Amino acid sequence: MKKSLKARIVDGLLIAMMVLPLTLALLLKILTRVPAEGISVTGAQVFFTVPMPFMDMHIGESQVNSLAVLITLFGFCLFMTRDLKVKPTSKRQVIAEWIVETVQNLVNTNMGERFAAFAPFITAILGLSALSSLSSMLGLFPPTSDVNVTFGWAILVFGLITYYKLKGGFGNYVKGYFEPLFILAPLNVIGEIATPISMAFRHFGNVLSGVVISTLLASGLQVASSAIIGWLPGFLGEFPLLRFGVPAVFSIYFDIFSGCMQAFIFAMLTMLNIANNFPEEEYEKRLQRKREKALRKA
Amino acid sequence: MLTIAAAIILGCCALGAGLCTGIGAIGPGIGEGNAVAKSCEAIGRQPESKGAVTSTMIMGCAVAETTGIYSLVISILLIFVAPSTFINILKSL
Repeated sequence: MKKSLKARIVDGLLIAMMVLPLTLALLLKILTRVPAEGISVTGAQVFFTVPMPFMDMHIGESQVNSLAVLITLFGFCLFMTRDLKVKPTSKRQVIAEWIVETVQNLVNTNMGERFAAFAPFITAILGLSALSSLSSMLGLFPPTSDVNVTFGWAILVFGLITYYKLKGGFGNYVKGYFEPLFILAPLNVIGEIATPISMAFRHFGNVLSGVVISTLLASGLQVASSAIIGWLPGFLGEFPLLRFGVPAVFSIYFDIFSGCMQAFIFAMLTMLNIANNFPEEEYEKRLQRKREKALRKA
Repeated sequence: MLTIAAAIILGCCALGAGLCTGIGAIGPGIGEGNAVAKSCEAIGRQPESKGAVTSTMIMGCAVAETTGIYSLVISILLIFVAPSTFINILKSL
């Protein structure tokens, strides 16, 4: 079966939508990079600042790169779900179905049937987090090594946890803080706040440590290669011999494994926190009471 | 006088950063080692449960790593953020 010209053009446009944002972000980085002496660990570069009432808003590399990652993922989703059939005929649809089924299985085993509708949200978290961390492979500033980005996600998850806790009734939610003993209320509040903080810092710290270690490794290899071939005349002596290939071996762990691992862990903790904190009995009781009320009225 | 004070601040920040990650890495190291050892035992006893044990172990390792990551974040703050903040406070005195 041959594809029509129109389908080919749309496919090409969607592939461009996947590739262009990251390329443009890379170009922006190359154009605006401030040349530094040697190798140094720096935070995200700030492009411009928007004045705001309480605190100025900085639009920097992390915001631009996360937007690029978002557009890339959106293009990927559109590309994978083009002309779906009841019986899959293209490889594309088989891969898309595999992704959907895997995440649905994951959500069903970890959260139960009640939260089956969470699968798209979990897929979004997984894809966004993994691609954000993997964007460091292209030489971009990974958005997840900015604590504000991961904190934003963690606060979103915290809101979801609280929303599902409140489904058991506001009284039960407040009572939950004074459980086993009345005196333990401050500790419970601290424990509640610690959830998003630990989620945010775990993801941020893991990605950031990878960035710091690879930068230190690059500078160390520079010194080592100048010690080995420094006796050569001219620019040959400054040739960074060891910086070819060696960082790639370490990048397998620090970029690929660590990035994918942290995405999985963030999604896993989201699922477990939401499902475990959901007050099932109280929710059922409330539903029962509502049903009885409706019956009495009728 | 001011240079001596700044030097002491810089030195103490570097020392604190090293001690922070160094001591903070002991706990997660022992904890993760225990987790991996126990899961190896479990896989040895029941090789068919390898998949479930491995994924649970990685999950537990990630949670056990949290305190190490906290100390790492504090170290990075001590190296990159704290010196300039403290020296600015010193200048304004």
